[in-house]
Amino acid sequence: MIIPLLVTACSGPLSILDPAGTAAAETAPLWWGMFGFFTLVLFAVVLAFVYAVRRTPRSHTEPGPDTSESDTPQLQRQHQVWIVGGGIVLPVATIVTLLVFGIPAGNRMAGVGIDPDQALHIEVTGYQWWWEVRYPNLSLTLRDEVHIPAGVPVRLHLTSADVIHSFWVPRIGQKLDMIPGHVNELLLQADAPGIYPGVCAEFCGLAHAHMKFSLHVHSPEDFAAWQTAQQPGAAE
Amino acid sequence: MNDFQQPDQNRHDRDQELHRGLMAIWSNLPGWGSLSAVNHTTVGVRFMVTGAVFFLIGGVLAMLMRSQLALPDNTLIDAALYNQLFTMHGTVMMFLFAIPVLEGLGIYMVPKMTGTRDLLFPRIGAFGYYCYLFGGIIIMYSLFAGIAPDAGWFMYTPLSDAEFSPGRGSDFWLLGITFVEISAVSAGVELTVSILRGRAPGMTLTRMPIFCWSILAMSLMIVFGFPPLILASILLELERAASMPFFNVAAGGDPLLWQHLFWLFGHPEVYIIYLPAAGVVSTLIPVFARRPLVGYGWVVFSIVLMAFISFAIWAHHMFTVGIPVAAQAFFSIASMLVAIPTGIQVFSWLATLWSGRVVFALPMLWIFGFLVIFVCGGLTGVMLALVPFNWQVHDTHFVVAHMHYVLVGGMFFPMMAGLYYWLPLFSGRMPSENLGRWGFWLTFGGFNMTFLLMHLTGLLGMPRRVYTYESGLGWDWLNLLSSVGGFVMAAGIAVIIIDIAMHFRFGRKAPQNPWQADTLEWALEAPPPPYNFISIPSVSSRHPLWDNRNLAQEIAAGEHAMADFEHGRREVPYTSGLDARPQSIVHLPGNSWIPLQAATVMAVLCICLLTRWYLLAAVTAVISGVMLLRWSCFNGAHPQSAPVNDKRADDLQLHSRTLDGPGIRGMKVTIMADATLYLCLLFGWIYFWISPDRPLPDQMPLDVSVMVACSLFVLLANLSYLTAVRRAKAGMGTGLEYRLWLTCAFGLLHCISLAWILVFSPLQFTTLTHDALIMFAILYLMFHSVLALFLTLIQIQRYRAGYVSELLPYEFLVLAPWWIYTTVIAWSVLIIFAGLPMLWPIG
Repeated sequence: MIIPLLVTACSGPLSILDPAGTAAAETAPLWWGMFGFFTLVLFAVVLAFVYAVRRTPRSHTEPGPDTSESDTPQLQRQHQVWIVGGGIVLPVATIVTLLVFGIPAGNRMAGVGIDPDQALHIEVTGYQWWWEVRYPNLSLTLRDEVHIPAGVPVRLHLTSADVIHSFWVPRIGQKLDMIPGHVNELLLQADAPGIYPGVCAEFCGLAHAHMKFSLHVHSPEDFAAWQTAQQPGAAE
Repeated sequence: MNDFQQPDQNRHDRDQELHRGLMAIWSNLPGWGSLSAVNHTTVGVRFMVTGAVFFLIGGVLAMLMRSQLALPDNTLIDAALYNQLFTMHGTVMMFLFAIPVLEGLGIYMVPKMTGTRDLLFPRIGAFGYYCYLFGGIIIMYSLFAGIAPDAGWFMYTPLSDAEFSPGRGSDFWLLGITFVEISAVSAGVELTVSILRGRAPGMTLTRMPIFCWSILAMSLMIVFGFPPLILASILLELERAASMPFFNVAAGGDPLLWQHLFWLFGHPEVYIIYLPAAGVVSTLIPVFARRPLVGYGWVVFSIVLMAFISFAIWAHHMFTVGIPVAAQAFFSIASMLVAIPTGIQVFSWLATLWSGRVVFALPMLWIFGFLVIFVCGGLTGVMLALVPFNWQVHDTHFVVAHMHYVLVGGMFFPMMAGLYYWLPLFSGRMPSENLGRWGFWLTFGGFNMTFLLMHLTGLLGMPRRVYTYESGLGWDWLNLLSSVGGFVMAAGIAVIIIDIAMHFRFGRKAPQNPWQADTLEWALEAPPPPYNFISIPSVSSRHPLWDNRNLAQEIAAGEHAMADFEHGRREVPYTSGLDARPQSIVHLPGNSWIPLQAATVMAVLCICLLTRWYLLAAVTAVISGVMLLRWSCFNGAHPQSAPVNDKRADDLQLHSRTLDGPGIRGMKVTIMADATLYLCLLFGWIYFWISPDRPLPDQMPLDVSVMVACSLFVLLANLSYLTAVRRAKAGMGTGLEYRLWLTCAFGLLHCISLAWILVFSPLQFTTLTHDALIMFAILYLMFHSVLALFLTLIQIQRYRAGYVSELLPYEFLVLAPWWIYTTVIAWSVLIIFAGLPMLWPIG
């Protein structure tokens, strides 16, 4: 009963836990793995604290202190174990594990190994507060709509005409900033046809909350048909 | 019978006499006169109380935001106001609450913990406070006038520049915050020098309380961490007001330079806030476990390590701007490494509790809250350091949740623990356990309800800084519950305020050292007298009050050092840095109006710059310069301070009669901050040169021969000054004044040639970033040269008045580093700003 509830709670049109693209599918399991392990760490630390405090409580009036002279060599060794174990071994092991999973995932998301020339090329420019979407090969310009085929990588060149914006379709993949004077390249690949909402993720002024767009993912055949339909001279 | 009582009676009389004598010297003036107070207890409390007021204002802003976000498509607050609210909430909490309160705590507590009577630069502390107060009022005015900054507390360009934020909002932020930062940097310098050189005899660095270590780390981090933001703010304000294009793409600038400079400050800032709070935790846990901290050395090591790492991880706020993959990997791993020093601290606390027997009083409840929230925030921090995950959740509510876990957990909760812990010292009364527990659980519960759920809101894709959202995205119930939680937390804070207000009246009298603590502040009577200690104890361990149960009585009875007042001076010990051997006695200035006057004039300057009355601004700038220079006139052998014929009875000399003293150290630490600012400017210059396709002028705008002449003049001035200093140190009075005049002559030639360069070089500083950067470098150099010239003239005047001489060369030594630094900048401007374009030929 809890699992369906969790699944419903985690789905949503902008949920990164409900991936519909290769990049988003890399990060969702990273999240669940870290969430599970770190919850254990948190509980262990809090329990250790509560136990330590309750073990042999002392009343306000009881005199102290127990000075360091009473620390036996055995106790001092225990302290070393605490600090070295909890302060060095645990974090280092955690970091190494995270990197073992994280670095390959990051490389796959950044599109290392994909030949960028093969991918469909789209140029997106941010304006306050809308998106200009250009298909250089099709000499086509759209507003607040991106159309791509499913199942193949797409190359987006992102820049801005005014302030900094950020291009993000949470269910498909990572966000990337659009910065005046810079062109950032984002590789995205959607799994299945559908319409996926996208948002501006960098604060860009008054209407930032309303700066949205939609990513239309077509099956390869539909995308070809869409392309033809967009050509000048195509049926009215 | 009477014979037995007689010695006691005498002793009591002597105690009272010492108390009255010291009070006459150390008390603030009555009534309005207390505005001239420079005493660290007064200044520290003022910082903390003002900070608490700003905390409440920032909290109200947060409540307004949570009201707006409680429901989808809510129309309570519009976008224009919401943008001001979140910008101001972040700004107020960071700059007007967190940093000043921690500085205030450091200023209040450090001398008490290190067994001395005051910090070493009391007037700087008071001056910093007034800058903070006036800057805070100026910024708050913009909110009530409805023209508050609205480009986010991070002020990213181009959104914050003149084109996209044409109103005055960004100017309020840039000028107001820079004004407030004067207080941060001055407190940083004051605390650094005071901790390193003002401890009680015998308190070696390894015997220093952990809290002082963490305040030392905080102070040094302020000294190195704030200059990048100060520079960035000045550059952006110049871009807005004087059209000098430092970040404008068309002129060759880059908005990312702002982000680098901002986070070069902004990340150390997080640890500037966390480290003192962790120091409070490390202070309280051993007291309540009634045993020494386990792994004192480890904890000191982790504080130092954290301070260093925090300067190498700024770009983890910039993983989505498109920096190279290798750089992302470096910053990712460096950010994760923070888990090591944090882990060391957490586990040394756990081990301390484990091997002690714990009194679970109210402060410990707040420590418990700290541990739960901060560890959770630290763990989500490690998640965020993992680049692929960061790409997804960056700039969502997940980050909002993480950041509040770290900052509220890492700063607010320990500060509350510290507040309840030190309250009996401050007021002499005990707070109520009952109301306090209510306050804690409401705050703790409300906080987690607000922010634990917010992690999920972020994972469901809700971006930050949106004033509204539509229904049906799965965010509705989460936002509603977060808002309810926010109000529960606010109720908790209200209970705490009531508790503290009531305790002043109804709290039972606190016994001496109610928690049986080990550190020296608990040897004071409560509330502490302005002079702190009647006599200055010698420290022989980390736990002076545990080793000697009678120490408080001995101190009060004047059985330790410096129990004299007949000289009428405010005196504190000056000790060596590592092992705290007594070196001299510092005579401190007493109550002074100069800090208030100088800060007032500078507030007027700030307002003139805001309203763009530049003529008046120039006049006020000159007046404030005069006020600040006048400051130093009452030092040393001046009749108001310590006239030449003043001598001490014991073998220690007054510091102004020696070759070392706080002034020299303060000058060096100030130059470290100044040099950091200059290094950031060089960073901007090199960043410009490695950027692709930057527009360049057709020809080199600087005349190199004049630049070389200019640099030679300052070198000659410097050499002549150093010769004068060397002769003065050797006790040779002949030719001293002549050499000082020679220094001024060369300095004047240097300034004239610099002015010539400024006026006659074809610098297109409003159209080219290249020329704007050169212009700024020359202005920066000129500021130092002119100041060096005036400071030397003041030394000549003081030499003639007999306050400085070959017998009293101390002040000459204070000025020497400034001349050396000015020369270094002059030559580096020549080599790097004039030379680099020649290596990289233009055209």
